[in-house]
Amino acid sequence: MDSALYVMWHRQIKEYFRNKQRLIVSLVQPLLFLIAFGFGLGNSFQSSGNFNYIQYLLPGIVGMTIMMSSTMGGMSLIWDKKFGFLKETLVAPVSRINLLFGRCLGNATTSVFQGLIVLFLGYFMGFRIFNWSMFPLIILCMFFIALLFNLLGTSLAAKFDDMQSFPSIMNFLMMPMMFLSGAFFSTNNFPKVLQFIVKINPFDYCVSLLRFVISGIETNLLLDFMVVGILILLLGFLGTRLFNRMEV
Amino acid sequence: MNKEIVNVNNLLKKFGDFVAVDNINFSVKKGEIFAFLGPNGAGKSTTIKIMTTLSKANGGSVEINGFDVLKDKKKVRESIGVIFQDPTLDEDLTAYENLYYHSILYGISKAKRKKKIEDLLNYVGLLDRKNDFVKNFSGGMKRRVEIARGLLHDPKLLFLDEPTLGLDVQTRTFLWNHIKKVNKEKKITVFFTSHNLDEAEKIATKVAIIDHGRILIIGTSEEIKKKTKTKSLEKAFLKLTGYDIRVDKADGVDRMRRFRR
Repeated sequence: MDSALYVMWHRQIKEYFRNKQRLIVSLVQPLLFLIAFGFGLGNSFQSSGNFNYIQYLLPGIVGMTIMMSSTMGGMSLIWDKKFGFLKETLVAPVSRINLLFGRCLGNATTSVFQGLIVLFLGYFMGFRIFNWSMFPLIILCMFFIALLFNLLGTSLAAKFDDMQSFPSIMNFLMMPMMFLSGAFFSTNNFPKVLQFIVKINPFDYCVSLLRFVISGIETNLLLDFMVVGILILLLGFLGTRLFNRMEV
Repeated sequence: MNKEIVNVNNLLKKFGDFVAVDNINFSVKKGEIFAFLGPNGAGKSTTIKIMTTLSKANGGSVEINGFDVLKDKKKVRESIGVIFQDPTLDEDLTAYENLYYHSILYGISKAKRKKKIEDLLNYVGLLDRKNDFVKNFSGGMKRRVEIARGLLHDPKLLFLDEPTLGLDVQTRTFLWNHIKKVNKEKKITVFFTSHNLDEAEKIATKVAIIDHGRILIIGTSEEIKKKTKTKSLEKAFLKLTGYDIRVDKADGVDRMRRFRR
């Protein structure tokens, strides 16, 4: 394994698990969404038919957890810029593309871990994985989605370096992606304009991918995979470019 | 012995219309302790960034240990150890872990890692603190960890950008003695910047004074004092660069770093 890839991957994971406070805080938000939507919206859905809302909702919450933690993964780059560690890695005899990908893969690993915790918490609310033989595929899909949003967050972090504004910019990006997607509810009854926005929202494809592997709800699998795959490639190129140009 | 380890030719760096480094030429011989001095904003840090492959020049060339900084980046990086002006340690890791990751990045073999790291931590007097988090260290201790880290991969050339800034007299003395020792025992060429001219005069075997992106003078302290007809390097420095106070631009990041130090 390439040394830069390994060092960055290892370090991101080590620091995530070392910071117990951040670890717990990162799980509170998805839990809150799970409770609010699961018990709140779930009950009103349940009374209107025999549709099992928790099976529908949980993949959305898992997706949200992964997207949020991954995009915010860019924060660690800004942190390293400010406090110098980035320089130590940039002056080392390794390639920048591996520094970028090692960082993203490390963050992605921790995001998948968070996604799995949410999956586990769902069991207390009556959620069941529809087919355990899909489990490796679940992990794989989570990982791709985590990588996608890590590349997005880290690329943007290579460009911006304001500690205060970065989280707000990320939230500004993520909120519409989250709510204008099928993460929490069906978008079939959205007005035409909003339906179009859903169509061009990459997160919607991530959610339907997860919904298929986790709950077995039908989707256009090929299209979902293609969208995620192409975006990873595009953001990989963009991130590499921005990383290569970064001067510290 | 008298071979050159650094060769800078017509180096030019511009930021928009501002010329930060204006066609400078100099060389450093193997085994020297080379002081690169100048007021704030003179172009020191910019030059060091180019020499350490962190920034690209607009013209000219730089050779380090026989390798071009643009064409042979990897070889250049393997040849140098860098201690930056601001701390570059990962504070959420222990001293040992900081050095450990460094040893992997620089391709030090697994068998040698542990011994090398412990030897160097011992060398800077921090072996008993190896498992403590860097965030709990004082400024001087952090500097010592950085020096240990900078030496870990046996560089041929050690860069130190204002290594003693903000440190107390004891730590400064310790550091300079150490740098001399490293230069003598490990045969590592040293290239440093400092605003403390007395210290520079004591330790440097060669001095260059730069201002407004140009090298004003280069030679031993004695030669410079003779040429400028002054009694100390500081007097010579002031005679050459004038008494005007320089305005150094400091953005939010700089202020934050200073606060953190």
